[in-house]
This record gives sequence, structure tokens and C-alpha cells, in this order.
Amino acid sequence: MTQIEFLNIVTPFKDKVFRLAKRLLVSTEEAEDATQEVLIKLWKNKEKIQEYKNVEAFSMTMTKNYCFDKLKSKQAQNLKIVHSNYEDKQTPLQKQVELNDSVNWVERIIEDLPEQQRMIIQLRDIEEYDFDEIAKMLDMNNTAVRVALSRARKTIREKLTNTHDYGIK
Amino acid sequence: MIMVLNNIEKLLEKYDNGETTLEEEHVLKNYFTSDNVAPHLEMYKPMFTYFLANQQEKFTKDVPLKTKRKIDYKWISVAAVVLLMLGFYFGSSFNNELGTYDDPELAFNDFSKSMEMISQKLNKGTATVGYLNEVNKGTSSLGYLNEIENTTNIIFKK
Repeated sequence: MTQIEFLNIVTPFKDKVFRLAKRLLVSTEEAEDATQEVLIKLWKNKEKIQEYKNVEAFSMTMTKNYCFDKLKSKQAQNLKIVHSNYEDKQTPLQKQVELNDSVNWVERIIEDLPEQQRMIIQLRDIEEYDFDEIAKMLDMNNTAVRVALSRARKTIREKLTNTHDYGIK
Repeated sequence: MIMVLNNIEKLLEKYDNGETTLEEEHVLKNYFTSDNVAPHLEMYKPMFTYFLANQQEKFTKDVPLKTKRKIDYKWISVAAVVLLMLGFYFGSSFNNELGTYDDPELAFNDFSKSMEMISQKLNKGTATVGYLNEVNKGTSSLGYLNEIENTTNIIFKK
């Protein structure tokens, strides 16, 4: 397989890989690194790519696993420096201004969701995969996906309603 | 207008329960990104706007696909093997040309010629060795010294 053939396969979904990675890792730089890593892994296994029925779903699963590993090692690191971490916890002024933008507020709400719900919101409401595909990517069953999705949507709506009604931001 | 609103409200309920199809979700997205959203549903607006906006986010970094280095190593080893094979092939063929004769008579002639040369050189060498006889003569005359020693021994004993 040549580089061009490979890029033709990968290009339609590489943005989706990136967005899923960003949903999980939050930071753009880390999401970019994760995407590169996933694509390089695919390239190294390019001989096997033809055997996979659905390269895209396979790549999304790979992305999920890679990000989970990253998050795990990050948590381990945070534990080590917990006592020397005197970072200013207050949200910077710049961020506060951004939060007033209600669309960014949605992003913050999703960020607070559990990882699984975040992924499902990403895959369904943003990437618009059908339930069977999501179930396969996340190694869950169809109903579990629906339940988690419903929970996530209700949480988002509740928080948005609160914000809307009381102006809590 | 009310029909549409009713429909949207029904869809929203289904949406919250995770029961909408992708098409129905498209209807919702379209409705909430339009300008005439009902005031009591306005809190949904940023959510659907965010979903549509986030679809546009692109991965812009290059992917470093390394292939050249791998191929280089492969070809270097192939080249080394080829060189070795060539070396063996030509090396042995040179030996064949220099070391053997096809005609036995010619081989014998050349052989005897070279043997003659060797014997000539050898004779020259042995000729000089002839001088060693003179040395032997010298040492035999030294034998007289023993006689002198005998006589001196007799004198000192007495």
C-alpha cells in the first residue's frame, strides 16, 4: 500500500479521530499527538488494514483505548505531584469571559460528564454514528449505549436549563 | 407553526430518552440553529449549535509516515549481499585463469622451467655455503691447543 492509498483511506475519518481524542483529553495538543499516534499505528499495520471490515470503527476504538491509557498515566502523574501543586485554581479572566459565551458553556458541561457519556455524546450527537456502530466501537451493547446517551443528554439539558433560568454561570 | 412546535417538543422528549433516529436529530439541529426558536426552548439552542460547530473542527497536523528509512536498510543489506556474491564469483574465476593449464604438455614445460630456475638459485646458494669448509679447517687446527694444555698441566702439577 502506498502512502497515497493509505491517506485516501484515512482522510475521511482522521478529523473524527482527532475530535474524539480531544473530547477525552481536552487539550488540543494532546489530541493532535494522539491522532498522530493512532494514524502511525495504522500505517505500521497497513498490511492488515484490508482485512478489517470497518477501518473507521477500528480506528475509533484504537483512539478510545489510546486516550484511556493517556488519561491513566496522567492520573498517576498527578498523584505524585499532588503536594507540590500550588497552581492557581481560579479560572483565569480570559476563561470566564469565554464561559459567558453559552456555546462554550456547553463544552464545559460535556467536559464534566463521565468519560463514557462524553464519548457517546461525541459519537452520536456530533459524529452522527448509528447505535450499532457506537456499540461496536465502545464494545458495549446497543441498549447500554442508549441508556448512557439518554443520561448524558438529560444532564446537559438540566444544566442548560439551570443556567437559562437562574443565570448561574 | 404550532404543529411544528408540537412536533419539536415530541422529538425533544424522544431525544432526551435516546430514542430519536439520526434523521429526527437532524430536524432538531435544523430547528435550533434557525432564527425562530420558541422562547421556552431557547436553552437547547447553544447545545445544538455547539454540536454542529464541533463537526467542523479539523485535524491540521501532518502525519509523519516513515517509509524511506526502512527501505534504505533493506536495500543496504541487499547491496552488501550482492557485493559479497560478486566478490566470491570473480575471486574464484581469477584463480582459475591464473592457476591452471588446459594443455598438459605446456604445463609440464612451464613446470620444468620453473623447477630449473629454482635449482639454479639453489646452487648459487650452496656455492657460498662451500666456505664453511674453511671454517672447519680452522677449528681442526685449534686441536693443537689441547696438546699445549696437556703439557702445561704436567708442569704445574710438578
